[in-house]
Amino acid sequence: MADEAYWIGAAPSSQSYLQQQKIIDVAKKSGAQGIHPGYGFLSENSDFANLCEQEGITFIGPPASAILSMGSKSESKEIMEPSGVPIVKGYHGENQDPSFLLDQARDIGFPVLIKAVKGGGGKGMRVVMQEKDFMENLEMAKGESRKHFSDDRVLIEKYVQRPRHVEVQVFADKYGNAVYLFERDCSLQRRHQKIIEEAPAPGLSPELRKELGEAAVRAALAVGYVGAGTVEFIMDTTTHEFFFMEMNTRLQVEHPVTEMVTNTDLVEWQLLVASGYELPATQDEIQLRGHSFEARIYAENPDSNFLPGSGPLSYLRTPAEAHDVRVETGVREKDEVSIHYDPMIAKLVVWGADRSQALNKLRTELGNYTIAGLPTNINFLQACAGHPEFAAANITTDFIDDHKSVLLRAADTETAVPNDVFAKAVAAIMHAKTLAARTNDSPWDGLQHFRLNSHHVENITLLAHGVEHTVNVECLPGDRYTLTLPNGTTMAVEDIRTSGDGSDESFIDVTIDGHRSRCNAALLDHDVHVFTEGNHFTFSQPRESYEMADSGADDPDKVAAPMTGTVVKVMVTPGQEVKEGDTLLVMEAMKMEVRLRRVTQLARGPVSDTRVSSSLFFI
Amino acid sequence: MAFRASRRLMGVLSLSADVASPVFKENFANVKAEVENLRVLVNTIKQGGGAAAVKKHTDRGKLLPRDRINAVLDKGSPFLEIGQLAGYELYEDVVPCGGIITGIGRVHGTECMIVANDATVKGGSYYPITVKKHLRAQEIALKNHLPCIYLVDSGGANLPRQADVFPDKNHFGRIFFNQANMSAKNIPQIACVMGSCTAGGAYVPAMSDETVIVKEQGTIFLAGPPLVKAAIGEEISAEELGGGDLHTRVSGVADHLAIDDAHALSIVRSTVKNLNRIKPQQVVTRESRPPLYDPETVYGIVGTDYRKAFDVPKFTVIVGGSFGAGNYGMCGRAYDPRFMYMWPNAKISVMGGDQAANVLSTLDQVKRRKLGEQELSTEEEEARKQVIKDRYMAEAHAYFASARLWDDGVIDPANTRDVLGLSISASLCAPIEPTKFGVFRM
Repeated sequence: MADEAYWIGAAPSSQSYLQQQKIIDVAKKSGAQGIHPGYGFLSENSDFANLCEQEGITFIGPPASAILSMGSKSESKEIMEPSGVPIVKGYHGENQDPSFLLDQARDIGFPVLIKAVKGGGGKGMRVVMQEKDFMENLEMAKGESRKHFSDDRVLIEKYVQRPRHVEVQVFADKYGNAVYLFERDCSLQRRHQKIIEEAPAPGLSPELRKELGEAAVRAALAVGYVGAGTVEFIMDTTTHEFFFMEMNTRLQVEHPVTEMVTNTDLVEWQLLVASGYELPATQDEIQLRGHSFEARIYAENPDSNFLPGSGPLSYLRTPAEAHDVRVETGVREKDEVSIHYDPMIAKLVVWGADRSQALNKLRTELGNYTIAGLPTNINFLQACAGHPEFAAANITTDFIDDHKSVLLRAADTETAVPNDVFAKAVAAIMHAKTLAARTNDSPWDGLQHFRLNSHHVENITLLAHGVEHTVNVECLPGDRYTLTLPNGTTMAVEDIRTSGDGSDESFIDVTIDGHRSRCNAALLDHDVHVFTEGNHFTFSQPRESYEMADSGADDPDKVAAPMTGTVVKVMVTPGQEVKEGDTLLVMEAMKMEVRLRRVTQLARGPVSDTRVSSSLFFI
Repeated sequence: MAFRASRRLMGVLSLSADVASPVFKENFANVKAEVENLRVLVNTIKQGGGAAAVKKHTDRGKLLPRDRINAVLDKGSPFLEIGQLAGYELYEDVVPCGGIITGIGRVHGTECMIVANDATVKGGSYYPITVKKHLRAQEIALKNHLPCIYLVDSGGANLPRQADVFPDKNHFGRIFFNQANMSAKNIPQIACVMGSCTAGGAYVPAMSDETVIVKEQGTIFLAGPPLVKAAIGEEISAEELGGGDLHTRVSGVADHLAIDDAHALSIVRSTVKNLNRIKPQQVVTRESRPPLYDPETVYGIVGTDYRKAFDVPKFTVIVGGSFGAGNYGMCGRAYDPRFMYMWPNAKISVMGGDQAANVLSTLDQVKRRKLGEQELSTEEEEARKQVIKDRYMAEAHAYFASARLWDDGVIDPANTRDVLGLSISASLCAPIEPTKFGVFRM
């Protein structure tokens, strides 16, 4: 997609995107005057900012000193307090002795949050609800922190329950000017990562908005900030008290919602500021207009605690872009979401004149974002966006945990499938057969399913959640079908046609019991994906016996990794007895630590041997 | 497909006046009833050898023959069944479809002749009509260059009727003779052994170009275990004697071992795909237009009274009475049409029942006069005529003809265009021979 691209190494980021010298070399080779570090990787790395300066290349971001100050959560809070920015209680000291940290946690009072000093993005962060779980979580937080930030220092904070995550976009130039571009509410999180963000934060009075913005500007000025930054606050849902959490010294993933409500282009601002211009607007000139949402579309499994997914984007259709709909993505159909990076597929950004219009648009366009081939969170996002409490803006960072069962049920399109969705699935299958059978303009093409003096009848079995639904399909002449569903309902399906100009065969118009409607559908291998009325329904068709031979699935004693990853530690040794729930090994995948535990209750002997190869673990 | 200019040459018929007429309405109702009757009959025939036999068959993990055909054909492919009414009321035994299902369908886009034994009908054994149907299917395949797929599941010749099945020119042996000849003409012969292939049946896979056998279901042997025991006293299981393992590992009679029916049929499909057969482009085709009138309109035009005349050749469709020389002149079976179908209202005999009754009655009276016997009274003569008429009527019925395979099937008049389209398309798989005429004396 770029005009020029240079190879910077193998896929693992440690061998490419984090290799500072390689980035510098490419900049020199290409003659680049500046480097925009993006959102992750080296974007908040002061060493890299320094290196750029030494090499005479503009780092499009704040000065290294500001990164350093804000990069250490403990240091940043020490700076904030005298600047009049409110902070929360916690231990941010250098003493990292585990028993000392436990004492500190007791003083602060459980629940507490353990955070890596250098951490971010949920890595090296653990919530500890009870004292007895503290030590194990401390060890894990330190482990992740060491891995990701080469620094295992942590801080302990009061874990504020039912908080909102409100952050302010600030911008400063090299001449001491600083403005705020209002706030974003990023409370809707899972695994401490945002999935739906909005601007402005709902329910804030103009006075409070101004108070927040000015506190954020003070925070930026306190560290001599330049460029785009975000000051994060934790806000008490009832009292609207807010506390400084941290400052992200980069442009953030969710910056488009701010752009939508302030009619700005923040990347342009970054480039202008980096080029030595003054800020393009003064505080008074920055006006808030309308409301914007961003939904992050991830490859992940909401059902399995949002475990990251990977795999091919076998089918991908995106909403049509418009002045009020943005699709920010770097992938196309048939691309692969790999295990090497964050599994985000796209950001869907919408704008409306007010919050309810924007929310309607979000729901409509989420329905037009259709992906098959790998698990995504689109149905889950749709469930969140459709929740009445979300519509009422009653959102805290606990929203997903609080409403998890309702949201998961709403996102689960497999348990209770509406009759017309079955009909659409069958229509899609029949349509595909009709298209597949076409080789030329012979009567063999035109007389689909023809049988002499009778009708072709077939049973189509659709599995949803492992439950078989067998639909009896009688194929009548002239593209008409009579369906009999397992519940006895009979439906007339007719006139199945490719929609519109016919250029996209996955969009289908079909008449079901006299009602004509549109859906899109993808048939991938044995799976049938139907996208209709804003939801994604997935069915699988049973495999033939010969396709399943020797697959070895469903072995109750088998422990399978939920995704591809690297085995970092084997927790059992030969001769050891393993009980149900014991951790067998620890693996790392998608920048996360995953523990494989024994799940079976069957009593088996001790471990006889352990062998780890590149892809398999034997026990 | 439509042939260029045909519409222009024929002009457009106007039907508006006729459709409202009482004659049209009566005709329509009569033919509609005949078609309904045909559909009910075909639905019964499609049930095969009855619920008990079907259950026994499926309990063994075997697919029913029509499901096998559906599985081997392309998704959505038409299936032009040949000889659907074969064996109907022909024997005291009920032999639906003559115990064998034959027809043309597409496999990976290639039009193929499918010949599938129905083991639910007397174990798939060959009655005389079964042999005749199998041979007719092969004849169509030969003339139209259609690859043959034999889905074999048959105990071989029907032993009580062996004299009418085994020895003559157009008996069982002719099947293998045809296979050899077609193979030589590069018309592929593919066998899929999905049950027993005993005695005569054993030659089908052995004579094929490529053969698939289903593990622990398919067996191929000239003499089964009971005959082995009777002949040499040795006890041996069918699987050991001629199972898939033996024929794919030891004898080499079969090329592929499949784990079940579905697997076997998928192998057959890939075999056809790998033939890389390209249909010759012999005529210019273009996209067809739908008929101007509802196809069922034809019911009202033809009616069921075959004595009434109305306006219709190597594809023959008998739409009304086909009597005597008219049958021959209009390319009846003896004149080898590529395909020949009848409408359910059609009649076929040497002459019409009325004429036959009159002729026979006249001859009888002449004979009586010659011998000085008393001539029959008008009542007696009419009664005799009625017996003759009834018999002619029954024997001239389309079902009677189709049961004996005097044609390739009885079709719904409304489907004529479709059936002919498929048939003509199938015929274009073979090169079109130049026409040469013999002597005409009239």
